[in-house]
Amino acid sequence: MIKGAIIGLGKMGISHAAIVGAHPEVDMVALCDTSSLVLSGFKKFSKVKTYSDYQKMIDNEELDFVVIATPTKFHYPMVKYALEKNINVFCEKPFMLKTSEGDEMVELAKSKGLVNQVGFHNHFIGTFRELKRLLDAKVLGDLVHFSGEAYGPVVTKEKGGTWRSNAEEGGGCLFDYASHVINLVQEIIGRPTKARGTLLKSIYSKGVEDAVYSLLELESGLTGTLLVNWSDETYRKMSTSLMIQGKNGKIICDATEIKIYLKEEVPAEKLGKGWTIKYITDFAIPVDFYLRGEEYSAQIDHFVESVKSKKMASYNTFEQANYTDVVIDMIIENSK
Amino acid sequence: MEKVLFGDNQFFAVNHLSDEKSRAQSIRFKDDASIIRVLDQSREEGIQTFMCTTHDRIASVCKHILENKEAYEGYKIYPCMPYAHKYANAVTELGIMGTIKQYVPGNLFGTFAKGGVAFLSKDFLKLMQILIDAEMKMFKGIDTPVIFIQNVIVDLILGLKLYDVFAEYHAYVKKKYNAEPGYITMNMPALFDVLDSLGIKNPVICSSINKIGFRMSGGIEIYEKYLEEKEFRPVAMQVLAAGALRPKEAIEYLGRFKRIESVLFGASSRSHIKETKDLILEYL
Repeated sequence: MIKGAIIGLGKMGISHAAIVGAHPEVDMVALCDTSSLVLSGFKKFSKVKTYSDYQKMIDNEELDFVVIATPTKFHYPMVKYALEKNINVFCEKPFMLKTSEGDEMVELAKSKGLVNQVGFHNHFIGTFRELKRLLDAKVLGDLVHFSGEAYGPVVTKEKGGTWRSNAEEGGGCLFDYASHVINLVQEIIGRPTKARGTLLKSIYSKGVEDAVYSLLELESGLTGTLLVNWSDETYRKMSTSLMIQGKNGKIICDATEIKIYLKEEVPAEKLGKGWTIKYITDFAIPVDFYLRGEEYSAQIDHFVESVKSKKMASYNTFEQANYTDVVIDMIIENSK
Repeated sequence: MEKVLFGDNQFFAVNHLSDEKSRAQSIRFKDDASIIRVLDQSREEGIQTFMCTTHDRIASVCKHILENKEAYEGYKIYPCMPYAHKYANAVTELGIMGTIKQYVPGNLFGTFAKGGVAFLSKDFLKLMQILIDAEMKMFKGIDTPVIFIQNVIVDLILGLKLYDVFAEYHAYVKKKYNAEPGYITMNMPALFDVLDSLGIKNPVICSSINKIGFRMSGGIEIYEKYLEEKEFRPVAMQVLAAGALRPKEAIEYLGRFKRIESVLFGASSRSHIKETKDLILEYL
């Protein structure tokens, strides 16, 4: 058994606490949050220790890892404190507000040899894994265009008030919804090196953007679009997709299905001419505990396995997450 | 419980296999009359129970049922609460306290506000009861013999090990609504063990049960073992594994387990409703 703790009990933190709590190889020893309401709930109904000060928690408990799920502005001091105490870290996305701080944490984790992972959970959805495999197998031939999109109904009325309405604290759609799409594009298709024609639009929010539209150029020279809007109530929940067009066809992929159109068959992949549709039922990663989607459990399983075996995580490292922050900076700079 | 329970995913654009299909559904069921039309078709096929989330639009369906009481004689609803996305989106935007403020009925929150957070923190169970009552309001006057909690909440409580909440929920639903508490879960074996340890005997547990093990956490073997050996009232859902299985092979598989009491399924066309219903009656 390894010992873990959670810092920050908002939506993601509580979800992680349930998944870590149910994990057969983890003893979840402590939880930390600043809300006395949330903590008193745990005090009353569970046996887990609660803290309102993360430093005290890290000092008092013998931990193998922490999960950090606080608002983004707290990530830097918390990640740093944990790493300096030789504790492996799973941090929620987006990683850091400043990429210089991100660089520092990437180096610190590396020098300490600690497992580091960030919660870009889409990489644990089987369809996106399959998409990457197909692209690596070059079924589309030379690539000509891509589009990374996400839509959902987070802010559908005019109001503000929480840290999510403060751009400086990483509260807008760019840091939230769009960071997922950027990270997917970056790890599945290629790393963006330039943003052009960016539009950051406020629809209902004050002070932050609700939609992000940008043209991205990748290191390979391939170009494509980033289209993200979290004020779109025609979607029941967040819906993320990637479309890639190549000289030999096109693939459209989301969390539930992967649609492949080929001009010429690819026998090595048993893919014929025309449309082939594959479903998540064939690719879902098996998990022992399910909360909101296999991917949330699978990413924690991956992290726990890495901590146990002391092997660096191969998905969603600090370095990868920090690069997503680099792209976010490019987009902000381009929008000015 | 009846063998056939009619579900509502198709009405609310829930499709686990295709976002595109889910959008098409949302267009088709844009107005309440189209939902009621399909419900009526299911009734004509002899399905007398509608198992549905506490989605805002269900309130209109309830209103229709109450206004046509005679026509819906004997019709039952199994509410499943809460409709989680409404709360999840609110928590992302407003935080936990903001969400409580938004969804706890106004005057009641006023009562809380007097005592402030201190009062709230002492009385989570009261808060739970208020939220249950708020969700149940739309069903007043309708027969609701089984009341389910949704899997997101059940599995959250399970993972956080806040087991007493189950005991309190169980007692409250029995006492206040004179109904059987039901549990929807993606982790059936783990939930059964916890309910059993709490002394909740023979519980109604609704979980994914299908031939290919889709959304059966921990694997199909342990699910099959529990279906064969443990004492509970299983309701099978996701029996078609989001469409990966043909109805006949899917329902035939369920027939292997004597204990399964009911099958939950949703469909939008009369022919699909009839086909699945006939299969359930044949094999279960």
